Amino acid sequence: MSSYEKTGVLSTRDLKLPSKKHLEKGVAILECIQEIPCNPCVDSCPVNAISMKDINAPPINDFDKCIGCGKCVGICPGLAIFVVKVKDGRALITLPYEFLPVPKVGDRVKALDREGNIRGDGVIKRVVKNGKTMVITVETREDLAMDIRNIWV
Amino acid sequence: MGGLSLRIKDHPIINFKNQKKISFYFNDKKLYGFEKDSIASALHAAGVKKLTTSPIYDRPRGFFCGIGKCSSCLMRVNGVPNVRTCIAPIKNNIHVETQEKLPSLPDAEFDVNPKKTVDIDILVVGAGPAGLCASIEGARQGTRVLLVDENQRVGGQLIKQTHKFFGSKQEKAGTRGIEIAEELENELRDFEKKDRINVMLDATVIGYYEGDKKRHHKFGVVKRDDYESRLYEINCKAVIFACGAMENMLLFPGNDLPGVYGAGAVQTLMNVYGVKPGEKVIMVGAGNVGLIVSYQLLQAGIQVDRVVEATPKIGGYHVHAAKLRRCGVPIQTSHSIKEVYGDDKVEGAVVVKLDENWQPIKGSEEKVDCDTICLAVGLTPSTRLLYQTGAEMGFIPEAGGYVALHDDSMETTVKGVYVAGDSSGIEEASTAMIEGKIAGFSAAVSLGYKKREDSPKKKQYIDELDRLREGPFGEKPRISKYKISKLMETRNV
Repeated sequence: MSSYEKTGVLSTRDLKLPSKKHLEKGVAILECIQEIPCNPCVDSCPVNAISMKDINAPPINDFDKCIGCGKCVGICPGLAIFVVKVKDGRALITLPYEFLPVPKVGDRVKALDREGNIRGDGVIKRVVKNGKTMVITVETREDLAMDIRNIWV
Repeated sequence: MGGLSLRIKDHPIINFKNQKKISFYFNDKKLYGFEKDSIASALHAAGVKKLTTSPIYDRPRGFFCGIGKCSSCLMRVNGVPNVRTCIAPIKNNIHVETQEKLPSLPDAEFDVNPKKTVDIDILVVGAGPAGLCASIEGARQGTRVLLVDENQRVGGQLIKQTHKFFGSKQEKAGTRGIEIAEELENELRDFEKKDRINVMLDATVIGYYEGDKKRHHKFGVVKRDDYESRLYEINCKAVIFACGAMENMLLFPGNDLPGVYGAGAVQTLMNVYGVKPGEKVIMVGAGNVGLIVSYQLLQAGIQVDRVVEATPKIGGYHVHAAKLRRCGVPIQTSHSIKEVYGDDKVEGAVVVKLDENWQPIKGSEEKVDCDTICLAVGLTPSTRLLYQTGAEMGFIPEAGGYVALHDDSMETTVKGVYVAGDSSGIEEASTAMIEGKIAGFSAAVSLGYKKREDSPKKKQYIDELDRLREGPFGEKPRISKYKISKLMETRNV
């Protein structure tokens, strides 16, 4: 049994990690590693970077093709996709958000990791609506790029 | 009491604003609710959790299932006893009373309304995802359908599913359950306008009776109207049971206290009526239902103290667990509820760690203050009407209990009697919709209706079901349907 099956928390070892070059252009991290029958992310991708063997297979993102547009972030029914970009010593994390209040660009928020721990501060850079799911980009410390997955407004 | 503090004002997914306030009486005390409330939701919002008492020990009882199946919310309404207040609508100035243990039979309820007879091609029982799809598919093939449901509106459990569905495009993946309910209702209403589907809401199929001719099935239906009822005799050539399922109970001291609710009831209360079940919840069960409802509790502004799960492993999808964890909600595997305490309602629970033999570990008890225990420990198919038709039943643990044996057309061992959705084995809404389509299509075909261009349809639906059940999370339904098909085969030999 993998540890995430007990805790509900993925570690970076469970994930396919992007290279520095990929992170600099910004790519989607698919935190969906189980075989579940679901495929809207594949259809949502404008550059066909996301693929799946069959509807039950976990999705795979081709980081070379991915343009980090974030379309899949607001589509994924499991809210399990995050776009991570590293720029000028800062991390930009685009995440799905379905709570109130919805933050505004420029707001200071707390940056939370996969266990809901406050790991640092963040500044909201972008807020896009996808139906009722908000797709929010938060800027935080570069070293937290692969850890921050939620915000506390 | 009387305040509206448990009302959800702002919600990220649902709009609960601009509801019309109305008044009613609870044991002669004037209270207020909202126009779309059920009696139980209005009472709950007004702070009344105790709805009745148990017949022998006088223990307080609140609602449990919240969808009209468990009868722990029976009250007297405008003089009529045994009203299931969780599904009965609130109306201006009605009188709601706690009733004595065994109420007297009401005066000739049916006298004022003589019985009516309806002849129809297909009767569909239950307007959830399976029943809606069965009705639409049946009507599309040209049959006349009567759809009967106990609730005030169609949609079944879809109307409280605020999360986006998984699956593929054909099953409306990425769309929220509440939106799927709207889409299906629109299709239904189109057929209703063409007089191909009749919808009878707030009505219960009460029994199966001997038909006039061999090819007819006869059912009794009670249609409620302002708490007075009318009896209908329904004669149909085929019937599709899409009756859904009933929340399972878990054994522990205090499990009957008001505040111990099924996950479906909690979801109904907060997502249909906009009423918080409480302020602080312990969720029992880390399957998809427990995980999803916990997340929805957070969205409604309610604290989820933790999720406890008796098995060593989170049963639901990791992505659902991850959503909770990143909000800081702990999930404790190998943990359960030892007891729930409180005077007249839940005031807290004792959580305990379990060893590898599922036995509580002494000294691991932890007392947790909370006002709500939410049980998400599985479901049991609703099959009582199927039994009555004489359909052969089989006990299939992977299906959640007894289910009617059925073939790949969803037809049971009784000709013209079909089943679809959770009442044919516990699964989820995407597959329920496909099963409904198969049942509706097959029933229409058996009655001689079939559009030529639709001929490969059944096979497409079956292939789609197989695809959805292929992965590791489809194991249970896969085994369940395999066992059912084996039992059908041995029967045919």
